[in-house]
Amino acid sequence: MAKNADLKAYGRELTAKLLRDMVLMRRFEEKAGQMYGLRKIGGFCHLYIGQEAVATGAVAALDLARDYVITAYRDHGHALACGMDPGALMAELYGKATGCSKGKGGSMHLFDAPRHFLGGHGIVGGQIPLAAGVAFKIRYRDEGGVVLCFFGDGAIHQGAFHESLNMAKIWKLPVIFICENNQYGMGTDFRRVSAVHDLHAMGCAYGIEGRLVDGMDVLAVYDAVREAAERARADGEPAFLEARTYRYRGHSMSDPAKYRTKEELQAYKEQDPILILKARLEQAGWLEPAAYEALDAECKAVSEAAAAFADQSPEPPLSDLYNDVLV
Amino acid sequence: MPIITVREAIRQAMDEEMARDDRVCLIGEEVAEYNGAYKVSQGLWDKYGSRRVVDTPIAEEGFAGLGVGAAMTGLRPIVEFMTFNFALMAIDQVINNAAKMLYMSGGQIPVPIVFRGPNGPAEYLAAQHSQALQSFFAHVPGLKVAAPSTPYDAKGLLKSAIRDDNPVIFLEAELMYAWTGEVPDGEYLVPLGQGVVRRPGHDVTVVSFSKPMRVALEAADALAAEGIDAEVVDLRSLRPLDDAVVCESVRRTHRCVVVDEAWPVASVGSHLAWLVSRNCFDDLDAPVECVASEDVPMPYNHRLELAVQPSVEKIVRAVKRVMYRES
Repeated sequence: MAKNADLKAYGRELTAKLLRDMVLMRRFEEKAGQMYGLRKIGGFCHLYIGQEAVATGAVAALDLARDYVITAYRDHGHALACGMDPGALMAELYGKATGCSKGKGGSMHLFDAPRHFLGGHGIVGGQIPLAAGVAFKIRYRDEGGVVLCFFGDGAIHQGAFHESLNMAKIWKLPVIFICENNQYGMGTDFRRVSAVHDLHAMGCAYGIEGRLVDGMDVLAVYDAVREAAERARADGEPAFLEARTYRYRGHSMSDPAKYRTKEELQAYKEQDPILILKARLEQAGWLEPAAYEALDAECKAVSEAAAAFADQSPEPPLSDLYNDVLV
Repeated sequence: MPIITVREAIRQAMDEEMARDDRVCLIGEEVAEYNGAYKVSQGLWDKYGSRRVVDTPIAEEGFAGLGVGAAMTGLRPIVEFMTFNFALMAIDQVINNAAKMLYMSGGQIPVPIVFRGPNGPAEYLAAQHSQALQSFFAHVPGLKVAAPSTPYDAKGLLKSAIRDDNPVIFLEAELMYAWTGEVPDGEYLVPLGQGVVRRPGHDVTVVSFSKPMRVALEAADALAAEGIDAEVVDLRSLRPLDDAVVCESVRRTHRCVVVDEAWPVASVGSHLAWLVSRNCFDDLDAPVECVASEDVPMPYNHRLELAVQPSVEKIVRAVKRVMYRES
């Protein structure tokens, strides 16, 4: 697996990008959490901190000129991985007119149509059939793309998941289904509510081989998605990956996370995705401590600037209320 | 002018639009090899093949969502529900995804899709297969809803619906499929959102749509025999709702009876009655009457099921009430 893999197989450019993406996600969301505390952001704000390796590694394996990404409501990381502007994202979290969805979507509904990032969806599992539909379009037009469909362990018991896997298999739709198993559907340990604890085994009901991936290891995720994407492009075969991961924060902002132990959280923090990659790059002599400090400072500055941009941006005018209900 | 059935008119609309635009495809249960549960899509699979006419598993949420995903990225799917009773399995995809996508993406992602199929009571089908569900869809901003009552309107409205860049709910009726009427050979469209006066008159305005239009027109004939000259308005679309054509009529007749075969609470009929009461308050000589379904689930027994629905007798009685001629 990737943990022992030769970094040279990935190259300096890619590994540097992966590290930067993850650090930016971390700093951006820390800033978002801080601004939530100052009531600059309201409602739900589902932080991705701890899970960064999944979106980062997976999206890096795609070609967004022809591939697509769709996810659930814990979507800040995926949006950044797709290259969305942090300022437009933070402004959306603030509900400002300069937000990527003009302030009408908020944290859960980030979209960037030109970058093929299709949201940002709030109903658990509801985006999974949409991914099958995007892949249907790709096959209909013979475009050669793939769709990366993210969802959590909470979504896996919804009918939408099972119906979509079945359709993807019978119609050879190029979808890579990625279950980000952060092990808690809100406050419920997935083992309490799932008949099967190896979630990737569920693919076999639909003739889709499921694979377990270490979701704390960005290179492992990258490898698995790249391989799945190659198969999907070549044969139209859907794939199903379970990325075992962990969110450090609560489900949303108001969750004290009493359903898990401090020891469990600490154990995952010791295999933090950023620290793992950083250590490996340092070992390989590809990253100097000073360079990491500079990268971290840059990502903090970008997040700071995003918050300042959001702060200074105007509210949407009331006249915008009835716009975009219909085309 | 050729005389064809509603079934043929709907088929012609789909056929012409599929011939005109490769992005249009038909997805649903039994639509392809079986030629449609009600034979609406007969011959389309032979003509267009499995790429564009797609039989689905019985998975309404899945294939409705697949249609939405395909529409989000450039196709223009027609999703057939075998009946709208089964669309309840897919209502999350219709309401949370199709109707919301444009708005919550800040105008980035339109969803040009048509959901069509039979709605409303048929015969001997009991509570789960004989429901008029228009209120559910007409309630939702972000959707358009059409409900024609003639072959001419069925064809012209469906062609408009397929070309519309918004999600359109297209309500047919099993018992209407064999109704006949004149439909010209050439190309024409009927715009969404425009009602029409179907029968001019000056004593009272009777408003309806879809299958109960026939009952309303029969009631008008019965009233004429008693010297009451009813004007009958066909709404044709429920969202946008052409209340202007209704109010213009009521300002001439000063009396109004709304006929809607849905349940009476929070329905298109009750909403229209409120609109007329508000907009024509000074013109009305009597309170607006509603003739609706009885407020019960549909019984199987034929005598009982007929008693549930709007009838000529119920409409005649309602008209006489608003004319203070109740005996």
